[in-house]
Amino acid sequence: MGDSGETAQAQALYDARWRRIMDCVALRQPDRMPVVMYATFWLAKYGGITFKEAMYDYDKVAEIAERAVLEFEPDGVSPLFGATALGRILEALDYKQLQWPGHGVEDDQPYQYLDREYMKPEEYTALLRDPTGFYLNTYLPRIFGVFEGFENFPVLPGMFYFRAVTGMRAFANPDLRKALRRVLDAADEVDAYARRAGEWNKRINGLGYPLINGSNSGAPYDVLADYFRGATGMMKDLFRNKDKLHEAIEMMRINLTRMTIANARASGNPIVMLPIHWAPDAFMSPKQFEEFWWPSFRQMMLDLIEADLIPMPLWEADCTKRLETIADIPAGKCIYWFERTDMVRAFEVLGDVVALRGNLSPSLMTTGQPEEVDAAVRHLVDNVWNKGGKLILDTAFGIPDETPVENVRAMFTAARKYGG
Amino acid sequence: MTSTQGTGPASVSMTEEERRLVDLLASMEEDEALALANKMLLQDHANPMRVLDLCRMAMDMVGKRFEEGEYFLPELVLAGEMLDQVSAVAKPLIDQKDEGARRKLGKVLIGTVHGDLHDIGKNIVTFMLDINGFEVKDIGVDVPVRTFIEEINSFQPDVVGLSGFLTLAFDSMKETISAFEKEGVRGQFKVMIGGGQIDETVRAYTGADAFGVNAVEAVNLCRKWLEAA
Repeated sequence: MGDSGETAQAQALYDARWRRIMDCVALRQPDRMPVVMYATFWLAKYGGITFKEAMYDYDKVAEIAERAVLEFEPDGVSPLFGATALGRILEALDYKQLQWPGHGVEDDQPYQYLDREYMKPEEYTALLRDPTGFYLNTYLPRIFGVFEGFENFPVLPGMFYFRAVTGMRAFANPDLRKALRRVLDAADEVDAYARRAGEWNKRINGLGYPLINGSNSGAPYDVLADYFRGATGMMKDLFRNKDKLHEAIEMMRINLTRMTIANARASGNPIVMLPIHWAPDAFMSPKQFEEFWWPSFRQMMLDLIEADLIPMPLWEADCTKRLETIADIPAGKCIYWFERTDMVRAFEVLGDVVALRGNLSPSLMTTGQPEEVDAAVRHLVDNVWNKGGKLILDTAFGIPDETPVENVRAMFTAARKYGG
Repeated sequence: MTSTQGTGPASVSMTEEERRLVDLLASMEEDEALALANKMLLQDHANPMRVLDLCRMAMDMVGKRFEEGEYFLPELVLAGEMLDQVSAVAKPLIDQKDEGARRKLGKVLIGTVHGDLHDIGKNIVTFMLDINGFEVKDIGVDVPVRTFIEEINSFQPDVVGLSGFLTLAFDSMKETISAFEKEGVRGQFKVMIGGGQIDETVRAYTGADAFGVNAVEAVNLCRKWLEAA
């Protein structure tokens, strides 16, 4: 990761923390159990501001997130600023797939994704024939207000010679020109946000704290299910549009992998967070999982590993029945973060294959007492870490928004008390 | 799971064609099932109530296969879709008085608590309760406490189902159930909760009577309560 610390002491702490994480990934014994931090709107609670302020006020979020890092001294930090302060860019783009504080939900409620059919089943053909064209003409205008007008963007594949020359007249279309101007303005806002997020990350690194991931992405099936077809649409496609679905998953795999590698390299951090939504036990049969879900994601992880990256899937909900299947990956190359899967069972199946991350339950963190949090950490240390599991201690899916600060303190204190 | 109403598989013998419709629906053979149902309803003028009973038998089988771990969410979703399509053809053919004669097992009021916009789990629970013979009123997502109280007073449910996916739903559920207490209506019905993060800790925190981790558990809870009542 190179030189990051602002002082020699910070650099030494940074190196020690990063080594702890990398030892876990490589299935080597670190000096002690790493404990990491991910949060979004819990930061608002911690800092005494509204969720809406956390989405819009860059200075306050940067200050509060830094304060939280300095208090808890995690071995790895999620890019906290970037995951929270999204209000301005969502507004600049007139983003349609999310409702956020002050924009569809109350000022003290978290942003929420709107599960809708953003691509109709009959549009698979158009997506597969010309994915970029489908994005430009159809998908982007549906998900971003500023792209309304891109329906007039010219169809580029097939243009040649004078057809290409005269085809450029499409850019004289007033609606397209207006949209282009709006997109350029929004891009300035996104650029400003990304600079701020990058500065925050650099500052935290300089204080001695590595990022636990520099970029994130998704699984091919999940991207199509969540952001294109919608939950029920995708479940129906498993029966009604099998062939097209297979083709679309493959197309998505190839392009997602390209994008993911590029973004990870630009971030300078090899760990890629991959929130996984459709792997849970109840969401499809083992047969459907092995036919539709796992092969494309496994190949994507192999390609990321080949590119010297470290995939870190966050297996949401309970994936206990998938453990044997997802163990089929090269040893010492990934971090598997589990949400509700029993960590002891995960260790039994995957302990010699991947590092593990997680997983204090949201109900415990939000409604439990500090001594119960302490006991839950101890349980994981006794049954995973002390038995040789390369556990990176964390909550199940970031610190839940409503978590009392004392419970977070209890988690970090217990991790140090029991984890060496 | 057994058939809960109407002409169950054991009570009336089935023709070969009826058995075939049940099998096609239960086996997710959507195109063939719909073609056969349409033929029975529109060409052969089969009794639409009988066809809907056959659908319910098929849905019982789907529910059983879900409980046994053979079927998963996609099968529940497709089953719901097939039932909707058959119902759309059958219902206009039904005599009003026949429909009125059908007795429901009990009333369930269901909604996603305030602050939470998630509806997939709630919709699947609603569908499963409906096909299992309950009269279900789904009052949507982000439902304010006041709306729950108003709906309870007008609908008089036997069971209230609170759904929520986000951690904020823990407090919304607790607040909603506390409001039932304050309004003096808590004793009139059972409360069940469900959603991605719900477990026994959350049940105890909110004061609900029970929680379920899937739609079949919700059906079983309602059955248990109404049989005991």
